[in-house]
Amino acid sequence: MAERPISTMSYQQFLNEEKFMGSRCKKCGTLYSPPRPICLKCHSSENMEWAPLKGKGKLATFTSIFVGTPWMVSQGFDRNNPYVCGVVDLEEGVKIDARINGVDGRKPESIKLGTPLTVDFIHCGEGDKQQTIIGFKPV
Amino acid sequence: MQRQRKLGRGVAVVGAGMSKFGVYADKDSRDLLVEAYTEMLTSVDKGIDPEDIDAMWFGNFSNDFWVRQAHWGPIVADILGHAPRPVTRNEGACASSTLAFRDGVFAIASGFYDVVMVGGFEDMSKVSTESATEGLALALDLPYEGCVGFTFPGVFAATAVAYFAKYGANPDHLKNVTIKSHNNAPLNPKAQFPQTILDVMNSRIKRAKERGQPVPTWKNEWDYLHDTKANPMIAWPLQMFDCCPISDGASCILLCAEEIARNFTDNPLHVVGIGQGSGRPLHTKEDLTYFEANRQAAKEAYGMSGLTPKDIQFAEVHDCFSIAELIHTEDLGFFKPGEAYKAVAEGLTRRDGPMPINSSGGLKCKGHPVGATGTAQMYEIWKQLRGEAGPRQIPNKNLRIGATQNLGGTGGTCTFCIFERR
Ligand SMILES: [Zn+2]
Repeated sequence: MAERPISTMSYQQFLNEEKFMGSRCKKCGTLYSPPRPICLKCHSSENMEWAPLKGKGKLATFTSIFVGTPWMVSQGFDRNNPYVCGVVDLEEGVKIDARINGVDGRKPESIKLGTPLTVDFIHCGEGDKQQTIIGFKPV
Repeated sequence: MQRQRKLGRGVAVVGAGMSKFGVYADKDSRDLLVEAYTEMLTSVDKGIDPEDIDAMWFGNFSNDFWVRQAHWGPIVADILGHAPRPVTRNEGACASSTLAFRDGVFAIASGFYDVVMVGGFEDMSKVSTESATEGLALALDLPYEGCVGFTFPGVFAATAVAYFAKYGANPDHLKNVTIKSHNNAPLNPKAQFPQTILDVMNSRIKRAKERGQPVPTWKNEWDYLHDTKANPMIAWPLQMFDCCPISDGASCILLCAEEIARNFTDNPLHVVGIGQGSGRPLHTKEDLTYFEANRQAAKEAYGMSGLTPKDIQFAEVHDCFSIAELIHTEDLGFFKPGEAYKAVAEGLTRRDGPMPINSSGGLKCKGHPVGATGTAQMYEIWKQLRGEAGPRQIPNKNLRIGATQNLGGTGGTCTFCIFERR
């Protein structure tokens, strides 16, 4: 993989290129999502490498947010148009927090835990402000 | 094997004060701090010369964001006439003042100081609700939780969904927590919302009649809480009445070395257990239905005190959201995992029940000026253990041991403190 430092900023750069990445400790093989610079098992930062994630998983938990932050409101979400966030259990056995697309935030009762999901990148902003957010949607 | 935690020497609480919590257009943190400090001074049975206070620690989460003023240590020192003696600001989101308390305890236990004041304050109402949501969300793990849209209520809502799925609870079980807290609130003169849900409902009906508007048809508190016009959705399944309000306020308590406590009062509280833990963001959790930081804090505090959950007679816990109260009382061992919602439904946590939780009305009704909350919880323990809680006094005649649990962020910082009257 590209030799970028294992960092939150690199993770975001990968996302901007529609690459969903975790990190793996070369020494003990433990996989991390999101990526982390220090292995929790070996306590070493020398052996970490980028590991692409398949972007497949299941909905572990979620909420439908009716009162969002100003940033979300600026994207058109409000009380009448709530958005859904959740935690995804990835096939690789690790998790990620994500926006959940393709479900009806107005009918949260209809959203089922365990729903199979696939990655669905969300591109926000333009130019220098362009940022890709990790999203998932039902398969 | 870890050695048993203990203090180098004992520490006692000999005074406590808090401002009335609320939303103040005409008062800021400085004013509210003076209010709390003045009450604290008068609460010391045998009096205190402020010159005898060696140092202070104060918790404040985010006045930098709310009112664009940072570096609060010297401001507090100046206002309270404590300069040039030291004042330090602590930050642990909503647990900030318990962190201040811990540092004060350690300073005395180490032998460095004899008399220390600790407290906290927050001035949250000077920004819009949207802006407050943003300010609070700063306590999330922003690149991962915040960035995808999670808010503070959102994280607790996702926790509630996981809890419901694992244990079979539902949103009505959360409403039991709210109703219970609101039943305590009218008895607390410091509370921001000193009303029962029925009081709230009836005043809205009255207002509608006065204004000639259509009169709502709610028959009881359940009708009211189920109506999403009266009780709007914030982050499903959490509605407005599952969430604590935005508040301004201040609180403080006076600590001293146990060996000199009798100089100040014949009725001190003893700090018998303190614990703190760190939690991690949602995506790191194996199980989404508890807070690992709570369990760590509980382990430390119970270990230090030699007490078990059964010994705790009542507690103030951090009900920033109704679901949080359920989880805390499980994490601290008052109820088994998955049992707290049943306990609340059975009335066990009522003020006159076997395990009173949040006799003050909790954050939900008392208010939650985040930096002030930890030491305000201790204020309630001070009042209850000394039999000074007035109409909200817990009826148990043998109250001896009470505890506070104070959470920061979405569980990133959790603290647990145990107090004893001897
Ligand atoms: Zn490793």
